[in-house]
Amino acid sequence: MPDLIRLADIDKSYTRGKERIAIFDRLNMHIPAGDFIAVMGPSGSGKTTLLNLLGGADRPDKGTIEFDGKRIDNLKENELARWRAANVGFIFQFYNLMPILTAAQNVELPLMLTNLPAAKRRDNVATALKVVGLEERAKHRPRELSGGQQQRVAIARAIVADPKLLLCDEPTGDLDRATADEILGTLQLLNRQLGKTIIMVTHDAAAAKFAKRTLHLDKGKFDERELAA
Amino acid sequence: MNELFLVRKNLFRKPVRTVLLLVSILIAFLIYAFMTSLVTSMSDFNTKPTRLITLSKINFTETLPIAHYDKISRMEGVAVATHMNWFGGYYQDPVKGFMPVFAVDPETYFEVYKEDLPLSEEVKAAFFKERTAMLAAEPVARRWGWKVGQKVPLNSNIFTQADGSRVWDFTLVGTIPTPPGSSQTGSVLIHYDYFNETIDIGRDRIGWIPFLSTSAEANDKVIAAIDQRFANSADETRTNDEATFNKSFAAQLGNLALVLALVVGAAFIAILLIVGTTMTLAIRERTKEFGVMKTLGFSSGSILRMVLGESLLLAFLGAALGVLLAVGLLAAAGSMPGAPPLHLATPVLWQSALMAAGLGLVTGVLPALAAYRLSIVDALSRK
Repeated sequence: MPDLIRLADIDKSYTRGKERIAIFDRLNMHIPAGDFIAVMGPSGSGKTTLLNLLGGADRPDKGTIEFDGKRIDNLKENELARWRAANVGFIFQFYNLMPILTAAQNVELPLMLTNLPAAKRRDNVATALKVVGLEERAKHRPRELSGGQQQRVAIARAIVADPKLLLCDEPTGDLDRATADEILGTLQLLNRQLGKTIIMVTHDAAAAKFAKRTLHLDKGKFDERELAA
Repeated sequence: MNELFLVRKNLFRKPVRTVLLLVSILIAFLIYAFMTSLVTSMSDFNTKPTRLITLSKINFTETLPIAHYDKISRMEGVAVATHMNWFGGYYQDPVKGFMPVFAVDPETYFEVYKEDLPLSEEVKAAFFKERTAMLAAEPVARRWGWKVGQKVPLNSNIFTQADGSRVWDFTLVGTIPTPPGSSQTGSVLIHYDYFNETIDIGRDRIGWIPFLSTSAEANDKVIAAIDQRFANSADETRTNDEATFNKSFAAQLGNLALVLALVVGAAFIAILLIVGTTMTLAIRERTKEFGVMKTLGFSSGSILRMVLGESLLLAFLGAALGVLLAVGLLAAAGSMPGAPPLHLATPVLWQSALMAAGLGLVTGVLPALAAYRLSIVDALSRK
């Protein structure tokens, strides 16, 4: 499969107070389209920073990031926002749904950034909710849904604009085993049947088994053998 | 679903907080709209450039000797003069039945206020002929159910008759139409001669002297000549054109208006701080949501628009409700006995809109900029 993402010579550091903390030093990585990668590693190893860089939520200090053959690290803020809207779906550990909106309205949020007519938007929302098995809960607010249901709404929100890339930050970290397995099964389904490329950060080895492969990250470095595989 | 939908949803996410903010904004705009309209309505009568008014230099409640009228009538630049007295009249009840009753010199009064007295020759003749005749503005007659030809006993809360009675009997001979802006709005006219002969004290004194100048260009000269003529006398005068007189009459409320302006100003500053602080806190509570929206692809500009939209919507809603309430209060106050018709001053509308825009922008700009500058990484890492 061709590469969907290429990271070349990425440097990234943060400043905390007067201290400069290096996260990545010349990180190189490529991710083929249609891959499902679980990224594991201790806290502070750079997992979330990696997701932020891949999703255009943060910029590298040095190096280039290519998505589908085009550089995204040098896009302007508005261009990057538009790129995120079109290409990336984010799924967070704590769902991050808007409490004032119903499930359907939460799912519709990314479609506000498109030119789709209202009827088409409604169709897409209904389809996304159907994919995650929540069409009956469309009019419920997040507080009326269980944790697993909220995460499924978040997945529906992530896929409704049909992005190529799904970035999941501990998507089952707040769920019990059975519900977590349901969510992971859904992600697996999205990868296998819809061809979504998924990068999932997790501490849970059982969750990582749902991915096609697992990469271990430690102190900003991947295990070279896993990366080459 | 669009940005406006989100703005509205977010504004009312905590309804109690929003309602309390709305009430505080509403009160400030209510006071502003009501007081501004009240002061405007008090001086919002039709004026005539050649109509001038002489009254006591001390204030409009002080009387002048009737000799002043005779002297002014004969002065150069004065076309025709009349005089009028405040009767302090009421019908049946001193509070509910209060009305502005003026004792006038009929013939000259009709010349000076010709435009505001569109009466038939028959009615005029009836009023001129009978010393106890009375004319009432149409709304006054309607309010009390008076019919032409009816005897109407009017009380005075200032004057008494020689026999100690405070009641005068008049005959209603006609009613005065009062289109908007009419100087006769709410007025009742009686004969000065009858009034003057029957009162026990204060005879041969008059309240003020309205007159027509020969031309508006001559006004300054006439005003100076009159006031100079009575300077250093026991009854010094102050002469103004009608527009200035109306404004100065309304300005009798001047100090009150100033105090209220200060109160309104203080209220606006307090509201600015309250709404500004509350908006800042409300936006800070939603930091993570803004981060999520940015990850979904919402630009910083659209986030800024939505936050500013919330503060603007809040300010405009509060202002609109305040002005609407002021309209209701003005209508209620205007229907009270003796009150002139009160209506919302037109400038209040755009001034309120401007103030609401200012309030919304000032209270929203800091939280909006904070949300605009927020990085996704910082927003999502907030607990």
